[in-house]
Amino acid sequence: MMLIPCPWCGPRDESEFHYGGQAGVAYPADPGALSDEQWAHYLFFRDNPKGPFRERWSHSAGCRRWFTLTRDTVTNEVTA
Amino acid sequence: MAERSPLADVDLSDTGDRVTLAEVPFLTQLDVRTSPSSSFPEPGTFRTDELDGEATFIWLGPDEWLVVGPPGAQKRLTERLESGRLESVSDTSVVDVSAQRTTLELRGPGALELLALGCSLDLHPRVFGPGRCAQTTLAHTPVILLQRKHCVTTGEPVFWVLVRASFASHLASWLLDASGDLTAGH
Repeated sequence: MMLIPCPWCGPRDESEFHYGGQAGVAYPADPGALSDEQWAHYLFFRDNPKGPFRERWSHSAGCRRWFTLTRDTVTNEVTA
Repeated sequence: MAERSPLADVDLSDTGDRVTLAEVPFLTQLDVRTSPSSSFPEPGTFRTDELDGEATFIWLGPDEWLVVGPPGAQKRLTERLESGRLESVSDTSVVDVSAQRTTLELRGPGALELLALGCSLDLHPRVFGPGRCAQTTLAHTPVILLQRKHCVTTGEPVFWVLVRASFASHLASWLLDASGDLTAGH
């Protein structure tokens, strides 16, 4: 069980959270101008690093707020 | 139609001699969303307000509080909130969510131990003392936990567990079952 540091509630069990995937994926400035391939890239393609990864989490069983943290995908260590 | 509490049919008496379980039904519960101000409790805490007397303000999130009061006080508390501390704040909302949850009160020397059987938070009084609250899971059930106060006569903590109406009977059954696992008195 990972302990995830909620910025509001402090460290809580992983089971209280929902994962939100990669952080900082910007919505396209002009979605209508995108080809199907570009749109699919925006929707479905995400980084998959071995190491530190910025990602979104929601403390769904607690304060229900979204936040961003950096997790090492190898060690599960949360660094920021 | 007569009001009927979620645990009206559940016998909560069979908990052994170390913990007492009771439902506190029909409490007024108002969900308040507003910008943070000093008149509301800090994260992880609640307080019963001197101004409103009967109202307990529970921190739920950085811009969200649950105001709990006695049964039937919805209108009075809403008006008092809107004409008082929320009057000067724009972008606020007060929603009556009284029917969403019922409340279980746990007291006795085994109350802390009983909660600890199903909750991963450190509920020891040095961490989770009177005035502390948390939203977490108890026996896989989402709850709001409050450490109300220490009992005047015994000095033991008194807990409130606010639980969704539809999960209440599950949680009550679990508490009754788990109370059988409490270690013999000490």
